[in-house]
Amino acid sequence: MTGLSTPGTASTPPPNLLSRLFRAREASLILILLALVAMTTAINPRFLTPQSMRDLALNVAIIGLVVVGQTLVLLMKHVDLSVSSTLGLTAFLTGSLFVANPSMPIGLAFVAGVGIGALLGAVNGLLVAYGKVPALVATLGTLYVFRGVDYAVVQGGQITASNLPAAFSSFASSSVLGVPSLVLLVLVVMALFSIYLRSYRAGREYYAVGSNVEAASLAGINVSRRVMTGFILSGAIAGLAGVLYLARYGTVDAAAGTGLELQVIAAAVVGGVAITGGVGTIAGAGIGALLLGVIGSALVALRAPAFWQQAIQGALLLLAISIDIVVARRAARVMQERSHR
Amino acid sequence: MSVPNRPRRSLLGWESTILALVVVALLMGSALHDAFLTGPNLSNLTSNLVEIALIALTMTLVVIAAEIDLSVASIVGMCSALLGVLWAAQVPMPLAILATLTLGALAGFLNGWLVTRLGLPSLAVTIGTLALYRGLAYALLGDRAVADFPPFWTNLGFGLVPGTQIPIPAVAFVLLAIITAVVLHATPFGRSLYAIGANEVAARFAGLRVERTKLLLFILSGLMSAFAAVIYTFRFSSARADNAAGLELAVIAAVLLGGVSIFGGRGSVIGVIAAVFLIGIIQNALTLADVPNEILTIVTGLLLILSVLGPNLAARFKTARQQRLNTQPQGGTL
Amino acid sequence: MKHRTVLLAALTLTLGAAAVATAQGTLKKGITIAFLPKQVNNPYFTTAWKGGQAAIKEIAGVGKQVGPSDAGASSQVSYINTLLAQRQNAIVVSASDTNALVPYLKRAMQQGVKVVTYDSDVAVGGRHVFVSQASADTIARDQVKILAKQIGSKGEIAILSATPNATNQNAWIKVMQEELQKPQYKDMKLVKIAYGNDDDQKSFTEMQGMMQAYPNLKGVISPTTVGISAAARYLSGSPYKGKVALTGLGTPNQMRAFVKNGTVQGFALWNPEELGYLASYAAAALVSGQITGKEGEKFSAGKLGQRTIGKDGVVILGPLTVFDKANIDKFNF
Repeated sequence: MTGLSTPGTASTPPPNLLSRLFRAREASLILILLALVAMTTAINPRFLTPQSMRDLALNVAIIGLVVVGQTLVLLMKHVDLSVSSTLGLTAFLTGSLFVANPSMPIGLAFVAGVGIGALLGAVNGLLVAYGKVPALVATLGTLYVFRGVDYAVVQGGQITASNLPAAFSSFASSSVLGVPSLVLLVLVVMALFSIYLRSYRAGREYYAVGSNVEAASLAGINVSRRVMTGFILSGAIAGLAGVLYLARYGTVDAAAGTGLELQVIAAAVVGGVAITGGVGTIAGAGIGALLLGVIGSALVALRAPAFWQQAIQGALLLLAISIDIVVARRAARVMQERSHR
Repeated sequence: MSVPNRPRRSLLGWESTILALVVVALLMGSALHDAFLTGPNLSNLTSNLVEIALIALTMTLVVIAAEIDLSVASIVGMCSALLGVLWAAQVPMPLAILATLTLGALAGFLNGWLVTRLGLPSLAVTIGTLALYRGLAYALLGDRAVADFPPFWTNLGFGLVPGTQIPIPAVAFVLLAIITAVVLHATPFGRSLYAIGANEVAARFAGLRVERTKLLLFILSGLMSAFAAVIYTFRFSSARADNAAGLELAVIAAVLLGGVSIFGGRGSVIGVIAAVFLIGIIQNALTLADVPNEILTIVTGLLLILSVLGPNLAARFKTARQQRLNTQPQGGTL
Repeated sequence: MKHRTVLLAALTLTLGAAAVATAQGTLKKGITIAFLPKQVNNPYFTTAWKGGQAAIKEIAGVGKQVGPSDAGASSQVSYINTLLAQRQNAIVVSASDTNALVPYLKRAMQQGVKVVTYDSDVAVGGRHVFVSQASADTIARDQVKILAKQIGSKGEIAILSATPNATNQNAWIKVMQEELQKPQYKDMKLVKIAYGNDDDQKSFTEMQGMMQAYPNLKGVISPTTVGISAAARYLSGSPYKGKVALTGLGTPNQMRAFVKNGTVQGFALWNPEELGYLASYAAAALVSGQITGKEGEKFSAGKLGQRTIGKDGVVILGPLTVFDKANIDKFNF
């Protein structure tokens, strides 16, 4: 995993244009975000109090973390629907470890969560990379299987805050310089994967595989291994998210995380990660998650009627996807014309 | 979601496999519990599958054309809510049903318009409308539930064809299934779906009106979901905003298990119907045998994975053997 | 207090034992009873089933709990159908939908199956007996009363409910709204009804959203065990701890930490285990022909003593227990 970027893609436009395009997409998202925050704050000033911002960041953190893994998979033109079940299962299993062994060091809980997640991710990876099962089919299947295993393990039980050691719960509520530790941890993971994707050969390979798999293969990329790694990473990150879920919410039952997968994919897509593969950044995906989180909180802060909230959220989601794609396409056309001149 | 060089799966082969599996499941069911092979049980089993089966018909067309519609369950919820609101407002039932079907078609139109005119991926669009339509269901009906539907209408959802054990909605399903099968397998329109799904660019060069066809498919999917909503509402005599939540995954699981390729271009109506019943029969039989719910969830997932993994491995095994036969002198390779 | 409880318990036990002795002769042996909760994975229903199971053991019946993992009416219907095919003597069900199950339960009753609802009722005509945790009026009024006491009957209040379609919660909220019209509550203003969908995370974020949207909020009622514990967790880690009152329905085990650290002064609930226990006895009495579900009929319910069927076939478990710092350690469920 050393060596700098030598993308072996035949079909992608020059990286210079690509990066400019990303910048445009991220910029447009940030503008929408700022406008939304400004408007909401103008109506309800409490939207921007330190407490509210902390709460918002914490809410987005877990989705934002899962989005990182999902982005890796989406870049390769695959998808991982099973993340919600992976999160639920690891959250409960990690909690059970604490129940069985209350004096377990916190670090071990993280290792266990990431490990279990990676294992579940490896199942997906094997199915997709070596079993040649389309990712949508494979991960829809494991969405059911992992959740079923979760049901079987939990059996109507529940992990509550009182089962967890005080040190673990206090980690969730601690903060460094006013920023919650949980959020910091997620930001560090995002930064690491951002660098991995941008500056390492292995990272560039995700783009290559998603842009043109034949070309990538001809350029000497071991596609199966790349796909396998991507799914393992996605599972491991979802596992980490499971541990954070346990720390943050304290209560975990068999339904934890249900339905999360669509929110995660929505965040990635809003953030400019193309479902058709090969395009997107971690930063963009993170901003997508933040934007969806802000929309949700803003609607509550603006006292939107409860029964209309979901409809408005859905409409804004559609709008964000549409605007983003239309703007990106227009930008691409302008640049293409310029380069042809 | 590209996986190159997927082994070609013989359609006939898969259909006979899944039909054989249905027979095995029936035998297993009757072995597990005496009550399985009785008229009332089979009737209930069928009745429980009707909505999924109906929506699976149009979903088959959509997926063969290499698109997907995740918003179907939300359309059911929204249309059920509208039916309830209109009935509570004393709109005559035939008119209310007509309005409900229209709303379904409109919802499908919006999906199709966003996909074909703006060129957005259908997976992204319908994740968005999944949230939007469910939200509109709540906006329409809120926390209310409308339940006082007249017996004449609820009987259409709940009742049996007089003198038989056949649920009335099953009759509608059989008719629509025949129509869908004929349209898909025996008309130029149906053939064009395979062409579009297999290679959209080539289909366009061949003069097919890809956009218009896809738009029509999404409208049909919305319309069918609305029809399923009417049946659902009458079958449970209950219009609620959360009706049929989560149904989309069951529908897609059935379609994929039925041998429709998620990449488009391949699949058949018979396979999908067999898959719907296979899942239904297994669930019913295991429930009768008091197998806990979590096992059902796991079995559903495994079936889905094995439906693709099995044929893939079989094909690989076959090619590997052929290669070994062809290249015997060279021996093994790295 | 503790002394009296013990005394009372002893008294009911002896009375109950006497009643069992007289009634057991008439209860059939080997009755098959199936519990069908809204969701099998919900800890609340797991506790109720514990009680139901204990009662079935006492009467030498055969019991089981089946049900869906998701709370949907359509999945409950398929279970009703299979229970019917299995020829169970009685179905004890907590309905996800007031109306949707009725035609199917009616069909079961026509074929001789006895139907008892517990926790959450169906429309009258869909069951023989409803074993109610407490009357809807009591549940709603008690919660308003508890909150009023905590906030001095003054200020903005909100409700954090389960799903918008939750039948119990909607019935209680309606009574609460009527109750708040009374003159003694004229200074309390209900500003918001939020829905946490009985999802821990959603309830948590809804609670936090409400604090932003309604800065003058003085108190919150969360009539659902998932909602109240999520809301308590948010409050206990926020600056609003001890300043915003929270009450509702919760289990002592879930809420113990928050009562002790001062986030919550008091909340209420019935004993879910006793609810399941009573439901089993009602089902057995129906199957044995001791009762038919008419008002005024009596049956014995083991350690809970003699019970009388009220109007519309409703059997009430008893008043709510209010939990606070003083008594919470006496309960373990």
